[in-house]
Amino acid sequence: MATLRQIRQRIRIARNIQQITRAMKMIAAARLKRAQDRVMAARPYSEKMQTLIGTLALASGSVEHPLLQVREQVRHIGVLLITADRGLCGSYNTNIIRRCMEFVQQYEQDQIRLLTVGKKGMQFMTRRGYPSVQHYTVPMSGPTVAHAQEIARAAQEMFLSEQVDEFYVVFSRFRSALVQIPTVQRLLPIEPIAMEDGRVEHLEFIFEPSSEELLRRLLPRYVFNMVYQALLESTASEHGARMTAMSSATDNAGKMISTLTLNLNRARQAAITKEILEVVSGAEALKESM
Amino acid sequence: MAKSFHLEVVTPDRSLLSEEVVSIVAPGVQGYLGVLANHAPLVTELGIGVLHIRYPDDTEEQVAIEGGFMEVAHNRVLILADAAERPQDIDIQRAREALLRARQRLNDPTVDRERARAALERAINRLRVAGVELGKVLEED
Repeated sequence: MATLRQIRQRIRIARNIQQITRAMKMIAAARLKRAQDRVMAARPYSEKMQTLIGTLALASGSVEHPLLQVREQVRHIGVLLITADRGLCGSYNTNIIRRCMEFVQQYEQDQIRLLTVGKKGMQFMTRRGYPSVQHYTVPMSGPTVAHAQEIARAAQEMFLSEQVDEFYVVFSRFRSALVQIPTVQRLLPIEPIAMEDGRVEHLEFIFEPSSEELLRRLLPRYVFNMVYQALLESTASEHGARMTAMSSATDNAGKMISTLTLNLNRARQAAITKEILEVVSGAEALKESM
Repeated sequence: MAKSFHLEVVTPDRSLLSEEVVSIVAPGVQGYLGVLANHAPLVTELGIGVLHIRYPDDTEEQVAIEGGFMEVAHNRVLILADAAERPQDIDIQRAREALLRARQRLNDPTVDRERARAALERAINRLRVAGVELGKVLEED
């Protein structure tokens, strides 16, 4: 059995760890709140933009646009993997990376052109033989419009210059602090969403300029918005996962402390009993020898 | 009483407003255009400019718009703006600095003129909506 000193030290260590995890939980909770607000605020724009593209695609019939062009032969695949820079967020990184590995393993290794956001993903994929062609750093406080623009521009350039024939984003969709869904989404070529819910019936729209021209202007923004949305969703997911992980770490530390305290008291009581026994039996021995 | 319709302005980072309005004048790329209730279905691109809004209680509001798209259908107007700001949200100091910086860059032959001009236009638009007199800003320079 551990000595009293050892147990006391272990309690102290558990307390220190608990303090750290509790602080991390608080920080994650505060960041989550902000990130969550941003995702929620950004969703209407994405949704409305999809509807608008649907309307335009419907009105203009078959549109010729390089960003819509589906290539018959797919030689190279661009993949943007969005993970966190840091760990201690439960299975957040692992889940996305696993999803990403499942996806890239459908192809030959040399077909993949990987772009990364987040150190964890980059490090893991590099070890697995998928070096990151381009790495982007997004601060913990969340992505800005400029980050998304830079990445969206790079993705479009790779696609248009035929370095890649399809481009996918692997990220974590935010449902709640407890639920994040690793998602693979095709970014390019863009698939115009067919509006079948009847909301966009064949209205005689006036287009100014023409619907083709409008679509041409809208598509690059759509690509940007998909990247931006993915970054926002990932940031919120990361903080949610970290908050949950740190919350259960704090609880576990608390449990450990109470078990150790129980052991400590038991050991202390045992020591006291032992001492009394020694004193008593010493006294008995003295009495007998007299 | 003029008929009202629904106006919604969303930007990539938030939904700016969603209200019943009586009329709007929007900065289309091919010139300003007014929309009243029962307007024909329309989709158009917006440029940099001021969105004028009139509410049922006859109050008016101006919003600075920086490009985007507008869809009119079923008495609903949807504006997807790259950026949109109400006068009280505009950082006048920043806009002023942006204006002066853009003006300087326009004189520099090495920079991208298109971008500098767009930046200048955005700054002027912001200041106009915020109610700052441009002449004063330029004098201070």
